[in-house]
Formats: sequence, structure tokens, C-alpha cells
Amino acid sequence: KDDVIAAASAARARRSGRVGLATASRSTSDPHPAEMATHELHPNDTLTTLKMESENLKAKLEEERAKLHDVELHQVAEKIEALGQFVMKTRRTLKGHGNKVLCMDWCKDKRRIVSSSQDGKVIVWDAFTTNKEHAVTMPCTWVMACAYAPSGCAVACGGLDNKCSVYPLSLDKNENLAAKKKSVAMHTNYLSACSFTNSDMQILTSSGDGTCALWDVESGQLLQSFHGHGADVLCLDLAPSETGNTFVSGGCDKKANVWDMRSGQCIQSFETHESDINSVRYYPSGDAFASGSDDATCRLYDLRADREVAIYSKESIIFGASSVDFSLSGRLLFGGYNDYTINVWDVLKGNRVSILFGHENRVSTLRVSPDGTAFCSGSWDHTLRIWA
Amino acid sequence: MARDMSDKEILKMELDQLQKEVKTERMPVSVTAKELSDWVEGQVGEDPLVKGIPEDKNPYKEKGESTLGREEWFQNPSCEWK
Repeated sequence: KDDVIAAASAARARRSGRVGLATASRSTSDPHPAEMATHELHPNDTLTTLKMESENLKAKLEEERAKLHDVELHQVAEKIEALGQFVMKTRRTLKGHGNKVLCMDWCKDKRRIVSSSQDGKVIVWDAFTTNKEHAVTMPCTWVMACAYAPSGCAVACGGLDNKCSVYPLSLDKNENLAAKKKSVAMHTNYLSACSFTNSDMQILTSSGDGTCALWDVESGQLLQSFHGHGADVLCLDLAPSETGNTFVSGGCDKKANVWDMRSGQCIQSFETHESDINSVRYYPSGDAFASGSDDATCRLYDLRADREVAIYSKESIIFGASSVDFSLSGRLLFGGYNDYTINVWDVLKGNRVSILFGHENRVSTLRVSPDGTAFCSGSWDHTLRIWA
Repeated sequence: MARDMSDKEILKMELDQLQKEVKTERMPVSVTAKELSDWVEGQVGEDPLVKGIPEDKNPYKEKGESTLGREEWFQNPSCEWK
């Protein structure tokens, strides 16, 4: 545990160097291209006046939000029956990665999983049988992001190579997947997350360069870019398809931003976390999203009330939450933490209903299966576990 | 890119965003929270991780039992990579 604490402090000290690399300090060079700023900077705009204006607006925003904060979520949920005892066990352990598992995603067929690791390997597993069906070695280490295509016929991944690449999968086990690799996204810093939209032909990415971007897979063309975070973007999640074209992202600037995919505009922004936001996930109805942060809390943000409506925390939980996901109905929130545990929260009432032990190092990634029958966690202990 | 922007430019970007957000339409929490919890309650009966799955129906109980072969899956017409 001492190693974990030391690692956690070291991580905090290296805010912009998520993987411990030396990174260029922020430059104070010429004004950035017009595409990003909507106004010209006036010579009179000193840092101080801008900061003051910003603080004033933030206060006004909080005032407006507070006016409608007439009740707490857990009060509304008082009359709901409490959840019973939970018996969730590890049903499968997927072993095969040679180093920390950093990311995983489910296939729509509800049994296949893609995972990526610090050792540069991307593996596709059959979670029922624990067989490895495909393996690709990336040209870089720290493959921080991976995603399954909606069709189940391809996977996307990337990390320290600053790119997102797509690998079509093949039935032929002997086929060299790397040969058909398609380079799609190019960022100027590490790739932190990626997700296909509802088609195999578009990918959404987030990066240590502070932006998110939407790409056409076939041509590699940038379709839309999303600027607004003031530091590395660490995570993203697309809204459930029924609720329209938005996605949410979270970053090292402690902000969670909701974006309009078509216009590139940030529609809503939330800054209540006290540290990096490692994970964001939409509520199944699309009207809210949850976040997990290095500040050891998970939070729920209601999009229509435009505010945070719940904090999932305990004094005994002092390590960051790396990854969150909802159960099918949205009643449970699963959080993977840097203290090796998984905490299960009652989303409506706000209390923890279960704590799951098993991993022997940080839990770095967690996703519930598409049909909600199980969830998978990946860890720095090199393994993935299926829980049900 | 955020890394290439000066502190001033980042603040300006933040300011523009805040000015937009102050004008966002919002609903009272009493309304939205109620709808959120009603929605969940409507779905929770079908949530396998909440109500539990009988051991005989749990696909993860027995190792090796598969219901969908790989060949079947690849014949899936929605696969755009063929």
C-alpha cells in the first residue's frame, strides 16, 4: 500500500505528465489561430481582469443553478425500496497481458472484449471461454485507449503514439492484423480515449493535447474538433443514441464538458471535482452523467437541472476513482479505484451497497456488458476480471 | 491545443464559455430528480446486476458454453469491413 501512496503523490506532482514523461511547459507565444478564440484579445485584458470576470461569471452561474436546487436526489429517492444484499463474484479472470491493463471495451455481442496494456499489446478475448482470439502489438507502449467497433469486426486503439488506429479483425487466426492497420486520428499528444460513434465509420477521440476530435475512419479526415478544456482530456462518453448527438468529456482541468457533435460547441460545463476527472459515463436515459476523479469521489450531474446532484464518497475512500459505469437501469454505479477495490453505489440513495476485492493493483478500467449481465474490470495487476 | 495556449488565452476561452452557459435553460432539481428516479424504477426490474441472475441462466457460470459461434458473428450483415 505504501507504494500506492507514493505513486499517487508522485502522480499528483506530475499533473501534465500523466505517464511520467517530460512534457513541454505551456508557452506564452503568439495568439492562437482564429478558429479557437471568438474574440480578439484586447491589450487592456490583463490576466487579473480576465480572472476577475471569470470569477464573477462563475458566481453568477452558481447563483442561477442554486435557484433551482430545491431538493436533493436522495430526498426524492427516500420512498424507494433499499437494495438488497449483493453477491457479485469474479466469474472469469483473463490473464495474458504482460503489463498494466489500461483500457477495455465490450463488443456488442456481449461476450467479446478488447483490452490494451502498457506493454503495447491489444488483445481480443472471448469472455465466456477466456480464449484469446486476436492479439496485436502496437508500435508504442502505454496503449491507453481501445474500443470495439459497433459491427464487432474491428477494434481501435492508441496511446503514446498520439494516434488512433483501426484494426479490422479477421477470422483467419494466422492473418497478421497489423498489416491491415488504418491510421485514423492524429493528435499532438497522447491519445487518452476513443470511441466509435454508432457506425464503424466515425471515431471520437480525446487527447493529452487538450482537445477532442471526430474523425472519418475511411479517409482519416478530421470532421470536427472540440476545444474548451484547459488541460489534458482524459475521458469521453457518447450519449445514448436515442438522445441525440452529444458527448461528455472530462479532464485534468477538473471540468466535465458536454459537447454538441455537429457544431463543435460546448453546451454545458461542470467544475465541481477537486482533481482530475478520469472517467465519465452517461446515465442510461441520457439525462445525466457520472464522473470518477482523483479526488476520490464519483459524482452525478443532471443535464436538465444543469448541476451536480449527487456525490458518492466516504471518508474511508481516499484513493482516486479511475473508471465508472452504470448498471443497465442506472440504479447502480460501479467505480474502480486506485486502492485496488471496486465500490458499488446506489445511484439514487447515495450510499455504497458493496465493495469488491480481488484485484492486486489499481483498477484502471471498468465497463458493464451491453446487456447488463456482467461487468469487466481491468487492472495494473495485468489481469481483467468478469464479475456477475 | 490547450498546451500551446497562453494562460490568458485559456482564460478568454473560459470566459466566452461562461457567458454562454449563464444563459442556459435549466429545470428545478425537484422535477428532474423525480424523473430520473422514476426512469430508473421503471427499468430496475430488468436490471440483471440488481435483481441477480439465477445460476442456471448465468452465462458465466459454466466455462466454455457458447451460444454464438465466431463464424455466425462474422456473417453479421452489419459488418462493414468485408
